[in-house]
Amino acid sequence: MSTFYFIAFLSVFFSILVITAKNPVHSILYLIITFFTFTIHYILMNAEFLAVVNFIVYMGAILVLFLYTLMLMNLNKESEPHKSILIKIVGFIAGGCFLATIVAALKALHVSQPVILQNPGLGLVKNLGGILFNEYLLPFELSSILLLSAMVGAVLLATKDKESKTA
Amino acid sequence: MDKYIWLIPLLPLAGFIINGIGRNALPKAFIGFIGSALVLASFGLSLAAFFQVKESGQPINVTVFDWFSAGQIKVSFSFLVDQLSAIMLLIITGVGFLIHLYSAGYMKDDGGYGKFFAYLNLFVFFMLLLVLGSNYLIMFIGWEGVGLCSYLLIGFWYTNPNYADAAKKAFVMNRIGDLGFIIAIFILIVWFGSANFADIFGKAGTKDFERAPYTVITMLLFVGAVGKSAQLPLFTWLPDAMAGPTPVSALIHAATMVTAGVYMIARSNILFTLAPDTMNVVAIVGLATAVVGALIALTQTDIKKVLAYSTVSQLGYMFLGLGVGAYTGAFFHVLTHAFFKALLFLCAGSVIHAVSGEQDMRNMGGLKSKLPITFWTMLIGTIAISGIPPFAGFFSKDEILAHTFMHSRPMYIIGVLTALCTSFYMFRMMFLTFWGKFRGTHEQEHHLHESPWTMTVPLGILAVLSIIGGFVNLPESWGGHQSLQEFLAPVFEKSTKLLVETPLASGTEITLMGISVAAAILALVYAYRRYVSSGHVPVSDTEQRPSLANVSYHKFYIDEFYDTIIRKPLDALSVFFYKIVDKMGIDGIVNGFGKGSIEASKGLRLLQTGNVGFYIFMMVVGIVSILMYIVFKV
Amino acid sequence: MDTISHNIQAVPLNHYLLLCATIFSIGVIGVLTRRNAIIIFMSVELMLNSVNLLLTAFSVYRGDATGQVFVFFIMALAAAEVAVGLAIIVMIYRNTNSIDINVLNKLKN
Repeated sequence: MSTFYFIAFLSVFFSILVITAKNPVHSILYLIITFFTFTIHYILMNAEFLAVVNFIVYMGAILVLFLYTLMLMNLNKESEPHKSILIKIVGFIAGGCFLATIVAALKALHVSQPVILQNPGLGLVKNLGGILFNEYLLPFELSSILLLSAMVGAVLLATKDKESKTA
Repeated sequence: MDKYIWLIPLLPLAGFIINGIGRNALPKAFIGFIGSALVLASFGLSLAAFFQVKESGQPINVTVFDWFSAGQIKVSFSFLVDQLSAIMLLIITGVGFLIHLYSAGYMKDDGGYGKFFAYLNLFVFFMLLLVLGSNYLIMFIGWEGVGLCSYLLIGFWYTNPNYADAAKKAFVMNRIGDLGFIIAIFILIVWFGSANFADIFGKAGTKDFERAPYTVITMLLFVGAVGKSAQLPLFTWLPDAMAGPTPVSALIHAATMVTAGVYMIARSNILFTLAPDTMNVVAIVGLATAVVGALIALTQTDIKKVLAYSTVSQLGYMFLGLGVGAYTGAFFHVLTHAFFKALLFLCAGSVIHAVSGEQDMRNMGGLKSKLPITFWTMLIGTIAISGIPPFAGFFSKDEILAHTFMHSRPMYIIGVLTALCTSFYMFRMMFLTFWGKFRGTHEQEHHLHESPWTMTVPLGILAVLSIIGGFVNLPESWGGHQSLQEFLAPVFEKSTKLLVETPLASGTEITLMGISVAAAILALVYAYRRYVSSGHVPVSDTEQRPSLANVSYHKFYIDEFYDTIIRKPLDALSVFFYKIVDKMGIDGIVNGFGKGSIEASKGLRLLQTGNVGFYIFMMVVGIVSILMYIVFKV
Repeated sequence: MDTISHNIQAVPLNHYLLLCATIFSIGVIGVLTRRNAIIIFMSVELMLNSVNLLLTAFSVYRGDATGQVFVFFIMALAAAEVAVGLAIIVMIYRNTNSIDINVLNKLKN
C-alpha cells in the first residue's frame, strides 16, 4: 500500500520537474522517469501487458524519438525565451482551477471503495490478447492502418519538398 | 348553341396567340386575314347566340369550369348571354371586325403590323370576357384586360415618349377607377355571399337585403365606371389616348371599352335603382362631363382631339341617361354611338392617312373632291352625332333628353345646349376639313389619295348602320314600337317596376324633338356661316385667342390643375420620402447595421490575437467552465 | 505476483483519481506556461498517460479488461500522433528556425 503512495509521489514530483526544467533535454529525461513510475503503477495493478507496452513504446520509442528530434534541432541549450511572469501565474491559476474543479467533482461523487483485483489474470497478455483478437479485432486492424498513414504522413511532412530545395 | 358560347371569346384569343407568336414570321396578308377572320367568326357565333336569345327570350348561361371556391364563396368561370350582353357581343365583334378590316389597310406600312393585330385580338378577347362574364369577377378580368390592352395600344408607338406617357396616364387613371370597382365587388361578396349577377340581382331589394349599403356599392361601382368611361374628373386620359393608332381610337376609345362603364351600370341597374342618391350623382357627373367635353371640343384643332372630346361628351350623355333612369336610352346611345363614333374615327383616320399623318385641321381643307367616299361617310357620321333625324344619333339622344326632361327641367336645358355645341363643333370639323381650299404643304397636296378598299368598305357599312341604327328603337310617335326597349325589358324588369314613370304626352315628345332638331340645325347654320361663308380658320398657337376660347382650347386647364394639386404635392412628398425617410431613415438603418457590425468586429477582432498560447488558455478556461457548470449544477 | 497485487488492495479508487487529476493538471499547466513546442507536446503526452493510468485503474476496479484494451489503442494512437506531431514540429523549425509557438501567429491578419 505504501508502495503506491511512494510511487505516486514520484510521479507527481517528476512530472512537475518536466514542466519546470529549463533545459528541454532534462525535461525529456524527467518525462522518461515519470513514465517509468507509470510502468510501476501498471505492475502494481497487475496489468503486465500494459506495463510492458508502456515501457517499450513510450519510454523506448516515443520519448527517444522526442530526444532524437531535439538533438537533431540542436535545441538542447536553454534557448527558450521566457514567458512573462504574468502568463505563468495565469497558466498556473487556470491549471489549479482545473484541478480544483475535478477534485470538487470527486468529492461530489463519493467514490471511495478500494481498488480490489478480483481477477488476477485480468491484465495478462493471454487474457487481453483473447479480448483484443475477438471483440476488438476490427479496431485493432484499423489501428494498423492508422499507424501506416501516420508513418506516411510523417515521412511526407518531414521530407523537404523539391521546390523548396531548388529555391 | 350553348355548347359554342365559349368559342366566342376563344377565337380572338387564338388570333392573339397566332399573331403574337408569328408576328415576325407570318406574311402580313395572313396576319390581317387571321386577325379579321377570327373576329368575323366570333361575330357569326354572336349572331347565332343573339337570335337564340331573341327567339327564346331566355338568357343562355354556360359554366365553362369551376374557377375556385373559398369557404362559402364559389366562383365559376361561366358565361351569360342575355339580351344586354347579346347586343354588346354584336357591337364588339361586328364593329370590331370592321375595324380589324380597316386596320389591315391603315397599318399596312407599319413595322409592328403583327403586334398590332395581336393586341387588337387580345383586346377583343378581354372585351368579350367583360360582357360575357356571368359574375363580377369574370367581368373584372375583362375589365382589367381591356385596360391593359388599352395601355398597350395607346403606347403602340412607344418610341415617342409623349405617346408612352399618354399610355401610362390612361393606365393610372383607369387604376383609380378599378380600385373603386374591386372594393365594390368585395362589398357585394360580403353582403350577398356571391359575385354572381343572378344571385345578387335576385336578392337585391328583397326584404332580407333591405339594409345592404346600396349607395356605397353603387358609388364605388360608379367610380370604376368613371375611370373606364372617362367621366369627370378622370376623363383627361381619353383625349391623350388619341396617341394610339386611329383604329384603336375607334375600337377601344369610342365604340367598346369606354362604354364598358355604361354596360356595367346597365348590368347592375337594379342596384343603382335602389340607390337614388347615386343615381343623382351619376346624372350630374354625366351632364357635367357632357358639357365640359363639348365646350373643350369647340376650339380644338386636332381632328382626333375633337372626336375624343366629343366621345367624352357623348359618354356624359350616356351617364346622364343612366342617372335619370333611362337605362334603355343610355344603352341605345351606346349602340348608335358605337356606329357613328367608330365611323367618324375611321373617317378621321382615312383623312389622316390621305394627308400623310397630318392631324391639325388648320392644315387641311378642301378635301371634299379628293376623298369622296370619306367625305360622304363622314358627313353621315356627323349628321348622326349632331342629332338630325332620321339618323341614328337623333333617336338615342332624344330618348335620353326626353327622360331628362321628365327628371329635371334645368338638366334638360343644359343637355339641349350641349347638343347644340355638339352639332356646332362637329360641323366645324367637317367644314374645316372638307370645305374651302387645301391649306397644307404642296407635297401633302400632291400625295392626296382615297384610301384602299379595306378601309372604305368598313366606312360604308358603318355609314349605313349610322343611318338605320336608330330604327331599332323607333319611338311610337314615329310609328315604331320601341323594339329595343321591348327586347331589353327582361334585363331592366326589376328597375322598371321601381321607377314608375308617367309617359310623355305625344305632343310634348314631338315638341322636345323639335327643339333638339332646331338646336342642331341652328348650330349647323352658324358653323357654315363662320367657317365656309367667311372662311374663318382657327388662329395658330402663337396668336392671342379670346379669353373664353383660350380656356376651352387649353381644356379648362384641367391637366394643369391636376398637375398642381396632385402631381406636384406628390412629387414633393416623394422627394421628402426619398431624401429624408429613405436616404436618412431606411438607408441609415441599413448602413447602421453595416457600420455597427464593422465596429463590433473591430472590437472582437482584438480577441483573435493569433497567439496559439492564448488560444490554448482560452480552451482551458472553456473546459473549466463547462466542468464547473456540470459539477455545481448537480 | 500475489504480493505485488496485494499491495494495492487497500488503495481507494479516489486516490487514483486524485493522482491522475493532479498529473493531468500539471500537463495543462505545462501547456499553458511553456513556449517550446516540444515541451508543450510532452505535456500533452503527460496528460494522455494520466488518462491511461486512470483507465487501467477503473478497469481493475470493475474487473473488466476492456479498459486496458482501450489503453492499448490509445498508446497506438499516441505513437501515430507523436510521429506526425514531431514531423510537423520539424517542418516548423525548418521554416522559421524556431520552435517557439509565439512565432506561429500567422493566423493573425
